[in-house]
Amino acid sequence: MSAAAASPTSFASRRKRLAEVSSRHRSWSIVVGIAIVGTVLPILAAIPPFTLATPTNAWMDGFTNAGVFVLLAIGLNLVVGVAGLLDLGYAAFFAIGAYTYSYVASPFGNSILGIKFVEVVSPDIAGLVFWPMLLVGALVAALFGILLGAPTLRLRGDYLAIVTLGFGEIVPIVFLNADAVTNGTNGVGGLARPALPIIGSFSALNPWPYYVSMLVVVAVVMMLAYRLVESRLGRAWEAIREDELAAAASGINTVTAKLLAFALGASTAGIAGVFNASKLVTVSPDQFTFIVSFTVLAMVVLGGMGNFWGVAVGAFVIYTINNVLLKVLNQFFDQVSFPILKDIDFIQLQFLLYGLALVAMMLWRPEGLFPNSRRQRELHTAMTEPGEDELVTAEATSEEGQR
Amino acid sequence: MSENPLDNEPILVAEGVSRRFGGLVAVNTVDFTIPERAIVSLIGPNGAGKTTFFNVLLGVIDPTAGSVVFRGRRMIARPERVGFESLLWVLPAVLLGLLSGLLAEAGIVSGRLVALLGFLTLMLLVGSLLLAIIRPVWYSTALERIGIFRSARPNDMVTAGVGRTFQNIRLFQNMTAIENVLVGMHTQLHGNLLEAFLQTPRVKAEEKAAERRADDLLTLVGLHGKGNEGARNLPYGDQRRLEIARALAANPKLLLLDEPAAGMNPKETLDLVALISKLRDDLGLTILLIEHDMKVVMGISDRVTVLDHGEKIAEGTPEQVRKDPRVIEAYLGAPAA
Ligand SMILES: Nc1ncnc2c1ncn2[C@@H]1O[C@H](COP(=O)(O)OP(=O)(O)OP(=O)(O)O)[C@@H](O)[C@H]1O
Ligand SMILES: [Mg+2]
Repeated sequence: MSAAAASPTSFASRRKRLAEVSSRHRSWSIVVGIAIVGTVLPILAAIPPFTLATPTNAWMDGFTNAGVFVLLAIGLNLVVGVAGLLDLGYAAFFAIGAYTYSYVASPFGNSILGIKFVEVVSPDIAGLVFWPMLLVGALVAALFGILLGAPTLRLRGDYLAIVTLGFGEIVPIVFLNADAVTNGTNGVGGLARPALPIIGSFSALNPWPYYVSMLVVVAVVMMLAYRLVESRLGRAWEAIREDELAAAASGINTVTAKLLAFALGASTAGIAGVFNASKLVTVSPDQFTFIVSFTVLAMVVLGGMGNFWGVAVGAFVIYTINNVLLKVLNQFFDQVSFPILKDIDFIQLQFLLYGLALVAMMLWRPEGLFPNSRRQRELHTAMTEPGEDELVTAEATSEEGQR
Repeated sequence: MSENPLDNEPILVAEGVSRRFGGLVAVNTVDFTIPERAIVSLIGPNGAGKTTFFNVLLGVIDPTAGSVVFRGRRMIARPERVGFESLLWVLPAVLLGLLSGLLAEAGIVSGRLVALLGFLTLMLLVGSLLLAIIRPVWYSTALERIGIFRSARPNDMVTAGVGRTFQNIRLFQNMTAIENVLVGMHTQLHGNLLEAFLQTPRVKAEEKAAERRADDLLTLVGLHGKGNEGARNLPYGDQRRLEIARALAANPKLLLLDEPAAGMNPKETLDLVALISKLRDDLGLTILLIEHDMKVVMGISDRVTVLDHGEKIAEGTPEQVRKDPRVIEAYLGAPAA
């Protein structure tokens, strides 16, 4: 604090004031922030340098898809960034949300449930189910979050990561092999698109309804996430992440708190799953591989663990780079037929680029692009006084290991 | 002082507490009672088993023998009939499953109703497992009534009314001072998930009140105006006091302090002694103190207990203990100042 206050560059002080105002009027600042972003993006997508790369509608579609990852990153941030539980199988809950929607919104799913719904009503009506399904998807995913979380809670650190990695693999494999109820590799198709009373069913041709709905969902989720971490429960999570024994000695039921973190993180992925399914109108096991879990984790780390705006921006940027910029680079170098670069397929280099970005990040800015102030303090002090911190952790483990 | 706190009813009774680590007996059949509103101290040479005994009282470590009763309730002891508990997790679900199977067989229910019953069975299983994992207070009490007993966990001890500080400071270093105290208030606040989502007036008022109370607690321990400092930036003595404030935030009846004066300068130590006396005299707390600093111990203790190699070798008023030849031999070396 002293360093920042002593030499206030105008940018730093302005940023600090912004942070203060936004934390005092949290919900409003989220609405305003999302509204601004939501207006600027379509404008950018409609003006020259960007329209040259991809048509406006494709941009809008891409932004909506990026929104799915923003949701995922917000949810995973709750688990990893706030509560400190390393979850490598997060895509499992994304899958569960998507399949939950497919059961209600597709002919195949309806036949499994033994109901007649999608086939007998018009798409404009069937699509209405999307809205309550956002909530149902969240609840079902939360339930599975609790189921998967319960046996893993005694584990910490690496062990937890390995077990969640296992769950992340098991869930898509179950969806793949339980042919009778999931239609196996082919997945479930023909899902109803969302609908609204006046505009009717959304369509693949018009990206706007999806885009606006996504903005609303992101704003609401972000608002709830902030309210959560600024509550008693959020403090409990932070406490557990910092020192589990001290948290328990402060009266926190660490088991319950960790279960809740798992469940709420999962529910966010459930919402993202429902949304994604309704947009792709099909779900299949290959949409939920480890790559998804890994990508979301990279988004959280790069964006800045613990800071919801940070991870949202991280998710958006990484998604856009992955899915737009690399393609554009390919086209660009092909067109100008630049010697070596035109032969490189940048899309195939995606993971190499991730790797480089993550390594660079860990070296120079381990707290992420937009760090949570607390995290920043933690990492930077840890680096300047390694001796002291090591001592404390050593004692911590010896005292905790006894039970 | 007109009345002797040592005559008060005991708030905590530990009987025959032992703890071994492999071949090492860190605590050896220690009997220990703490009278209400007393300040009692536990002293002993390094490695005597003081912290281990503390951790047993707090539910951090299971004792290998013995029990701890706090305010008339048995909190810590050998587990009893826990095998039955696992039976309880599955029994309701199995019964419901069997029942629905029978009903289906007899043709009383069919089709979707069977599926519904199956689903209910599953939920019952999940629910009872969750109950066992989360272990709310009412669940433990109910189990105890039917003779199943598990030791309390650290957070259960806090709920029951025991607060603690650590020998090596364990603050939430990256939080501010006031946030540390607010975490300590966890058991005193009741805002739930839904209220947090909706920001109901009740939960807002609760948070406001919590912040005011946290401020008061900081003032009480002498950290007035330092609420927004990062915990790790506070001087050592302040960190120790902040840990006390955090422990007080849970409204404990009994406060366990593990070497609170360690690393403090003489002035800070004097303040600490004044604070501890104030906690007892003004707030009516009972205090158990582990301390190496004889000036602290001899000055404020109503009773001193001496541990050596895990065994209680002496107990009595500071004067008695100071004169006890075994203590002098084991610990003091020479009579203390
Ligand atoms: N987790 C553990 N595993 C094995 N041995 C342990 C463990 N914890 C403590 N001990 C041993 O038990 C004995 C008692 O330790 P304890 O920390 O209780 O002593 P203490 O009286 O608090 O000492 P000090 O004054 O140094 O704090 C020591 O010999 C210690 O090495
Ligand atoms: Mg000790």
